[in-house]
Amino acid sequence: MAFDYARYIRPGKLPHIWCPGCAHGIVMKAILRAVDRAGLDKDRTVVVSGIGCASRMPGYVDFNTLHTTHGRALGFATGVKMADPGLSVLVVAGDGDALAIGGNHFIHACRRNIDITLVVFNNSIYGMTGGQFSPATPHGMLASTTPYGNPDYAFDVVELAMGAGATFVSRSTAYHVLPLEKQIAEGIGHKGFAVIDALCTCPTTFGRRNKLGSGAEMLLWFKDHTIGLKASENLPPEKREGRIITGVFRREVKPEYCEEYGKIIEKVRPVRGGRE
Amino acid sequence: MSGREVFYQGNEAVAEAALYAGCRFFAGYPITPSTEVAEFLSRRLPMIGGSFIQMEDEISAMAAVIGASLVGKKSLTATSGPGYSLKMENMGFACMTEVPCVVVNVMRGGPSTGLPTGPSQADVMQARWGTHGDHPAIALAPSSVQEIFTETVRAFNLSERLRTPVSLLTDEIIGHMREKITIPEAGELEIWDRPRPVVPPEDYRPYDTSAGIIPPMADFGMGYRWHVTGLNHDQTGFPTNKPELVQPEEERLLAKITSNLSIIEKYEDIRREGARVGMISYGSSARSCKSALSEALSEGISVDFLRPVTLWPFPERAAREMADRVDVIIVPEMNLGQMILEVERCAGGRAEVVGVNRADGEPITPAQILQRIREVA
Repeated sequence: MAFDYARYIRPGKLPHIWCPGCAHGIVMKAILRAVDRAGLDKDRTVVVSGIGCASRMPGYVDFNTLHTTHGRALGFATGVKMADPGLSVLVVAGDGDALAIGGNHFIHACRRNIDITLVVFNNSIYGMTGGQFSPATPHGMLASTTPYGNPDYAFDVVELAMGAGATFVSRSTAYHVLPLEKQIAEGIGHKGFAVIDALCTCPTTFGRRNKLGSGAEMLLWFKDHTIGLKASENLPPEKREGRIITGVFRREVKPEYCEEYGKIIEKVRPVRGGRE
Repeated sequence: MSGREVFYQGNEAVAEAALYAGCRFFAGYPITPSTEVAEFLSRRLPMIGGSFIQMEDEISAMAAVIGASLVGKKSLTATSGPGYSLKMENMGFACMTEVPCVVVNVMRGGPSTGLPTGPSQADVMQARWGTHGDHPAIALAPSSVQEIFTETVRAFNLSERLRTPVSLLTDEIIGHMREKITIPEAGELEIWDRPRPVVPPEDYRPYDTSAGIIPPMADFGMGYRWHVTGLNHDQTGFPTNKPELVQPEEERLLAKITSNLSIIEKYEDIRREGARVGMISYGSSARSCKSALSEALSEGISVDFLRPVTLWPFPERAAREMADRVDVIIVPEMNLGQMILEVERCAGGRAEVVGVNRADGEPITPAQILQRIREVA
């Protein structure tokens, strides 16, 4: 049976602002299927975002939704989660939002291992402002502020998240919608901070400038230039060259932040009974 | 006031009063001279089932406070000058989305790192205009440790009732100075909670003002599933750029203050028969003023005194009335002239306005103020 997206989309809020060929809608749909798969209660779910194309997603979906300031979504989400650990909290962010202006919040949310699921809509560019290079723009690529090629080197979201201590870390693409949905659902179910690097496309401001073709062609590029983690392990290094590895890189069981704080409350509260 | 007597520094009084007001969430970042607020609450909040978190920076601390408030918890952060600057971004978000929260700024010298361990009153204009765009501002400036307690409670009440961030401007002097204070019995001070919706979720419009200028606010998780955005929004809470919807909402944010002056304004207004000199001061400087005023009186010089406890909105009417009565108004403040601009605006040329200013990290002394009184009297 076809998935009933209408159950999760706010009536009257579509069409969305995303350009033709943009893959953000694909990632949004994967999130909605994942939320359904994880069995979340809409009333008890909060979706938080910052600023950018991806950050407009919360306005379309029927949860408690919070569209905040640039890069700060994880700070707001941390307050929400700490104030009521019974809520399920998802954060959606673009690569610029999550890794540049929000980079400090990103690493500290990883370190804290707070039970929040972050989906990075990683299209390698600042789309909303017209195609400036982001911390995920590959070296040498063209952007409106790198007219002679990008002199910077990109962050690898997966390595960054693992280095900072996130306990669930995965990567998929907008081409690989089923693994992406599964990863997000697993991230939601994971008790701790989960990072899903969702590679997607911006044909308008990244593809066009770098002659990468249409949105569909950019999606097919993911098909040809990725390899699953397990498959990659059996390949000689030269065959892995130029390929992006996808899959679940880390599943670690580690005490979660709010649970640890709850233990402190239990310990010091004169009258037992946990949080107010 | 009946209750428990304690010997508290101002920063401890802020923290104790926050708990009294119903604060159950604090997020902060270490900064001198405000850190004792965080230290106190890190110890006390979990004891009553509340939450304390030290965030990675001032910006995310402000963000977390707003997030927790959206879940229904009364929330506090405390900082000082440089941190206050960093909080401005998200204070604007709280203004725009009308999320109650209280921000304590224990003022220290500046600009930049300035004098971290020295007092100042140089963030007066930042408290009014620090975040970008037109926005409402409430700032309270207590001048004793006891008053810090009552004004912290009032800051929470105003924030909840009017759904707007409230700044509490103390300074390094009263933040660290210890005084005997009385912690009121529970119920002695009035405590307000934000208005919450009485309509069922399907009828809820988050910024519906048909029943009053302050729209009821649902907690996240209650079943109302509303949308919060820093974009200009209509009464449904969703973004709009329609001029005819944006303008009235922008005006309403300011009208929340101007139409509620009776509950926001608070000042001490001492008038003396035949006084030709007036004085306006606030916070710890007002204490030096009072000492100088009694000295002046013993020398036969009567001086009217206005002490704004609510600094923003500025008590315009009281200041205008003073300008109508006296020839000269003296404005002592620990900065190079900030609130004096408001006094000049209100005086409108009807009285001469002169400052007593100090920005060297030392308090203004009664002797300095007395000297200025003698000069102008």
